[in-house]
Amino acid sequence: MKAAPFEYHRAASLAEACALLAEHGDSAKLIAGGQSLVPMMAMRLLRPSWLVDINEIAALKFVRTERDAFVTGACTRQCVIERDGTLAARVPLLRQALAWVGHVQTRNRGTVGGSLAHADPSAELPLVAQVLGTTMVLRSTKGPRTLHAGQFFTGPMSTAARADECLEEIRWPLWNGKRNGSAFTETAIRHGDFAMVAAAAQVALDADGLCTRATFGLGGAGGTPLVFPDIGMRLVGSRLEDEAIEHAAAGAAKETDPGSDLHATKEYRRHLARVLAGRVLREARDRAVGTP
Amino acid sequence: MSETLHAVTIEVNGKRREARVSARLSLVDWLRDELRLTGTHVGCEHGVCGACSVMLDGEPVRSCLMYTVQANGHKVTTVEGLAKPDGSPSVLQDAFCETHGLQCGYCTPGMLIAAQGLLDSNPDPTEEQIRDAIGGNLCRCTGYQQIVEAVRLAAERTKK
Repeated sequence: MKAAPFEYHRAASLAEACALLAEHGDSAKLIAGGQSLVPMMAMRLLRPSWLVDINEIAALKFVRTERDAFVTGACTRQCVIERDGTLAARVPLLRQALAWVGHVQTRNRGTVGGSLAHADPSAELPLVAQVLGTTMVLRSTKGPRTLHAGQFFTGPMSTAARADECLEEIRWPLWNGKRNGSAFTETAIRHGDFAMVAAAAQVALDADGLCTRATFGLGGAGGTPLVFPDIGMRLVGSRLEDEAIEHAAAGAAKETDPGSDLHATKEYRRHLARVLAGRVLREARDRAVGTP
Repeated sequence: MSETLHAVTIEVNGKRREARVSARLSLVDWLRDELRLTGTHVGCEHGVCGACSVMLDGEPVRSCLMYTVQANGHKVTTVEGLAKPDGSPSVLQDAFCETHGLQCGYCTPGMLIAAQGLLDSNPDPTEEQIRDAIGGNLCRCTGYQQIVEAVRLAAERTKK
């Protein structure tokens, strides 16, 4: 047995999970898919005294379309989102990103909420959450609390969720216009490995081909996934010509603050940031143009 | 310190198994050390190599990334559960032998589970889909080509 000893409790409801978190505070940890938590416990980077298992809480596993958002339960498995045809049509960026998340075996077990709560700065789903301006609903015994992605991600592997809170649902905003396009890409040593840098973009065009909305972001290029609202705003009104996109990508790369490691230097990551940001913006534009 | 033991009932390869386990016992350790189902291999023990893949309720997962207690009430299929009822190799297992889809054999149980998981949901996969399905399983002998051929061969034979 590799993990340090812990007490295990399988929560039957969200209320029970919240009560256990309220009781045990920092010494408790929630386990969803466990695809990051179990290895960290095996390496004893984490040694919670209590493990509260939320995998069997049916109320945390759902997908539902509302007027302005696609809502997923925090414990909905990544493979369920990946196979959902409605979602692919309404929030295509999510499925485009999921193709890069781990492997079949990890997506079968890994959850959407778990990836967000783990908040790895190079992970795909946190980046999509930042780029789309997703909101997270957290629950504690004191009631619900809603946080915007920008408030939720506070640093590498850290979020604004308190020790007594459980992620309940994630609200992915729908773009209800007709001519939208999105794209996701990343560079990693091997497919499924952690991204050195990842990039995601979504744009909307009006009937004349002018950009009405543009959002894009970069993962692995700072302590949290980064999004560039001011630069995106400056693309509005343009035709998203290659030069405008190059300018935006270069501006974004300048704002990044990547680290260096064995696999890539800071300079190389910044280079990737510019190239990949440009690539996803062009792809998103071309998909929007191709929409009738 | 004595650890709390949890009573679990898990269906393994169609057979109901009951046990009392420590919460930190991984599913793969339980399968191998207590049930003596040593077909499932332990490689990296932190979710990188895919050797420990088993099916949980019919879907391939990594059994080193789950605690046994979490499988309580669920169905697990290991490589031992892939053979035909008379114990002879399945179509996929035969195909691995014929195309030389294995050499040292260490990754093979995980490869078989990953490939069977694919064929169960997609009986006629493209080469790209096969490569994607086994993308989470490391093999250091074959170069993967013969494994891809094995899965294609099994798909063609099952179609007939």
